[in-house]
Amino acid sequence: MKNIVLAAGFLAFGGGAFAQDIPKADPATVEKYVQSIWSKASPEWQARVKLDETQRICSETNNTPSQAQFEAIIAREKASVAYPADGNVMGDWKRGMVVAQRGTGGQFSDAPGTYQGGNCFACHELTKEEVSYGTLGPSLLGYGKNRKFDPAEAKAAFAKIYNPHVVFPCSQMPRFGHTKFLTEEQIKDAVALLFSPDSPVNK
Amino acid sequence: MKRLSVAILATAIGFGAAGIALGQSESEKEIERYREMINDPMANPGYLWVDKGEALWSEKRGSKAASLEVCNLGKGAGKLEGAFAEMPRYFADADRVMDLEQRLLWCMDKIQGVDTADVVKRRFGGPGVESDMQALVAFIANKSNGMSYKLPLAHAKEQEMLSVGKALFDRRAGQMDFSCATCHADEGKRIRLQGLPDFSKPGKEAKATMDSWPTYRVSQSQLRTMQHRLWDCYRQMRHPVPEYGSDGITALTSYLVKMAEGGEINVPSIKR
Ligand code: HEC
Ligand code: HEC
Repeated sequence: MKNIVLAAGFLAFGGGAFAQDIPKADPATVEKYVQSIWSKASPEWQARVKLDETQRICSETNNTPSQAQFEAIIAREKASVAYPADGNVMGDWKRGMVVAQRGTGGQFSDAPGTYQGGNCFACHELTKEEVSYGTLGPSLLGYGKNRKFDPAEAKAAFAKIYNPHVVFPCSQMPRFGHTKFLTEEQIKDAVALLFSPDSPVNK
Repeated sequence: MKRLSVAILATAIGFGAAGIALGQSESEKEIERYREMINDPMANPGYLWVDKGEALWSEKRGSKAASLEVCNLGKGAGKLEGAFAEMPRYFADADRVMDLEQRLLWCMDKIQGVDTADVVKRRFGGPGVESDMQALVAFIANKSNGMSYKLPLAHAKEQEMLSVGKALFDRRAGQMDFSCATCHADEGKRIRLQGLPDFSKPGKEAKATMDSWPTYRVSQSQLRTMQHRLWDCYRQMRHPVPEYGSDGITALTSYLVKMAEGGEINVPSIKR
């Protein structure tokens, strides 16, 4: 039965078809292929490519969750955000610049103990001086200034960097705090980069 | 002679920013010169691998002292013309869908009795490491020049490969929650200054990309195949080392080939 449905789908998939016309694969089948790619990886590495519920929904819906899924993601991811105990979300913008510039860490080619950076410049424009920036995310030029350096906005930015799905389910931005890729200190430094009046972001 | 061309080449393909600085007509000239170089076997270092692959194809090797010349890549035993353009495909003798690399490993094992573990160990060439696979792929892919990709889809297992390939393309995982689509699903996006081709739909960017792999990477002084490119993208995705010739990589390749149908293969190309 399933085979017939599949075949019918492929008949429709002629010449100038679109990628979305490719019949959907059964998720259990997909996971078998996933195992084929990483069958020799260590258990620690294998664990990294297992899907959590949010990843599963974002993958299967191509980042367009239904209303119910949208709300479920927000509720689940919100619970993961841990604010600094003393309530201060601002660190040092100069160290924040290092967090933003460096894209090392977490790759199989990295030596253990390699500095883990946030690589914000890979996806965002942040300062006028740095012309080597990517465009996967919006420009953050003047971010704090445009928000009148409002402490409530800085706190929201901390949550955003910690876990962007809280505001934007299936955001393409990594969950830097949730996955512990960045430390609390590094996230505070990144917030300072965005919200310090002396930061080149606001010049 | 060859050395000299590589030096010119390195300048010629520093296009991007350099191209802008040179001004429109200058950079067009550079790109034109680069095009000529790709098609000139004397100037394109990728052809060193094509030549080596040709020799390997007919060399008697392995416990059976046989050559690969009877290996069937889908178009009949030993037929190379257009074979690459129609892979991955289903092979009844193996009852599996295979990409070119998987098929070559299968033929080495079954026809030649070659130790494929050693071949896989040398899959990516580098200082002191000569890759048989890079040479064979360069030689065989080159025999599809001037043709378009056409992904065979008659068999249910070929259809499964394509569907799974699309799902793997969209599958977000790892510490960064990245999928292929994070970086390759919009036109005109870039990461830092590197342009990111859009593979989320059939068309220009998918064609231009797939029609130019395998390629000679100037920065690595090696002929590279799609297996190496995907290895590198999974590294950037903070995923584990992908297994060479695994079915998942073949599924992704089926998907990329499908998106690239209708272009014109011209390999080996030259890339940064
Ligand atoms: C892989 C690309 C990527 C990386 C790396 C990345 N971001 Fe983002 N970011 C995005 C995208 C896409 C959006 C828009 C969607 C959203 O708001 O979640 C975004 C949105 C944001 C926003 C909200 C912008 C607004 O409109 O209010 C902030 C603030 C931000 N990013 C900060 C950062 C910081 C700081 C870093 C580095 C620690 C970083 N990002 C790294 C992709 C990225
Ligand atoms: C974090 C961003 C990122 C992700 C995620 C990513 N790639 Fe890439 N990809 C790149 C970059 C950067 C390049 C190099 C582009 C260049 O050379 O200008 C590239 C190049 C490629 C190329 C060759 C392009 C060409 O013109 O030669 C292919 C094919 C490709 N990627 C496929 C994939 C697939 C399939 C996946 C998922 C397994 C993937 N990529 C995931 C960043 C990424």
